[in-house]
Amino acid sequence: MCLAVPGRVVEIRDQDDTRMGKVDFGGVIKDVCLAYLPDLQVGEYTIVHVGFALQRLDEESAMQSLDLYRSLGALEEEFGDHWGIAAQQAGERRPPGTEYSKEETA
Amino acid sequence: MKYLAEFSDPALAKRLVDQIHATVTQPWAMMEVCGGQTHTIVRHGIDQLLPDGVEMIHGPGCPVCVTPLEIIDKALEIASQPGVIFCSFGDMLRVPGSGRDLFRIKSEGGDVRVVYSPLDALNLARENPDKQVVFFGIGFETTAPPNAMTVYQAKKLGIENFSLLVSHVRVPPAIEAIMQSPNCRVQAFLAAGHVCSVMGVEEYPELAEKYKVPIVVTGFEPLDILAGILRTVIQLEKGEHTLENAYRRAVRDEGNPAAKAMLADVFETTDRAWRGIGMIPQSGWRLSERYREYDAEYRFQVRDIKTEESTVCRSGEVLQGHIKPHECEAFGTLCTPRNPLGATMVSSEGACAAYYLYRRLQTPTPAPTAMGDNSLAGATSPSATSPAASQQTSADNKEVSSVG
Repeated sequence: MCLAVPGRVVEIRDQDDTRMGKVDFGGVIKDVCLAYLPDLQVGEYTIVHVGFALQRLDEESAMQSLDLYRSLGALEEEFGDHWGIAAQQAGERRPPGTEYSKEETA
Repeated sequence: MKYLAEFSDPALAKRLVDQIHATVTQPWAMMEVCGGQTHTIVRHGIDQLLPDGVEMIHGPGCPVCVTPLEIIDKALEIASQPGVIFCSFGDMLRVPGSGRDLFRIKSEGGDVRVVYSPLDALNLARENPDKQVVFFGIGFETTAPPNAMTVYQAKKLGIENFSLLVSHVRVPPAIEAIMQSPNCRVQAFLAAGHVCSVMGVEEYPELAEKYKVPIVVTGFEPLDILAGILRTVIQLEKGEHTLENAYRRAVRDEGNPAAKAMLADVFETTDRAWRGIGMIPQSGWRLSERYREYDAEYRFQVRDIKTEESTVCRSGEVLQGHIKPHECEAFGTLCTPRNPLGATMVSSEGACAAYYLYRRLQTPTPAPTAMGDNSLAGATSPSATSPAASQQTSADNKEVSSVG
């Protein structure tokens, strides 16, 4: 949860009077709230934390961090199968109703 | 160094390490506040590349770790009620309350869901008007603005079946508490970069002056950490104590004004207990009076919870930098990621988990003169590794960069 991941804005829209958009995290595309960066434009890079864009980043810094996080498995931790991870840590089976689908998170 | 070579510049890292060695003339102890930075340091053995006597003390900057037991127990109580959809980030699933955790509640049939964003929880409230949807709002200054926006949206859109269980914490009062602690050995701080992305740096010059400590805003990659340490030791050696921003690519002095304005609207500061540390005055946020109807503690009347903390766990001393994780008697034996006694072992950002994961079971060895392979930097013989550590699953083998 504490990971702030850099991504590239690919779409901006208005939803319930709130600035929302889609951000590409090296292939994983998520809905992100852009309300805290009212000037952010499509094509720019931003640090995203729990679905909110918090600060601009230049492309080079963004790509470096993204490569780092990917190599550490941190993107999987942010966007991946949390129940599966928790079940493995607990040494137990995943609880019913927590089936994991990669599509859901993309 | 395998990992460093993949994404950073080993030559530059070597130069930074050399400069640190050339600068330092005496022992220094500095604290990295952020759990993500702790992981970078332990993973790469950065602490062992430093000159003899220069010590990194691991700070309380892991939101999962410092969330008080009482709030965890309240979360478990609410999550087990019928008609409730309890939403959380995935890393809270296995944080132990007094005897159980959210994973157990889900296994027993409770409706616990992992969300990516608090706005996902708000959408669930919209889609399930017959249910009460509760979001577990923990974290530092980076997580608080998203949660503030979500409560603001709930009010604006008239969504009444949504509430927030709030346990937000703030870094500057924690720094004050650490400096005021009688056993404090900290002489400088590496401040948490992403917290400063939101809040800016304006709270720090005063702290640096008041406690005569250098504070250097630092990022999360090995080079960021090394650069932060270099800036810090230069100040220490000169007897200076100012705020420096060594993470300018992500931190502007003013932070994020829109996020700060929303925080000021939705939250107000309050005294907050930190797990393992205790009450720190004005160290947290709660919902302001205007948004009190969205406070899950009021809605579910869970204020009188009796907690039972492990009597063995020394995570509080770890969080304050008084002991290293492996100095706890339960480390790696009674307490492992599979059976954590405290949150510092279960959280991927916790110092105990970092030491367990990278098999740092012994007192650090003298610093090598150049960047070595990080597995060597761990310098642990196989016989010193606990059986549990050698059976780590791939799920254990995770770490993240933290914002707080």
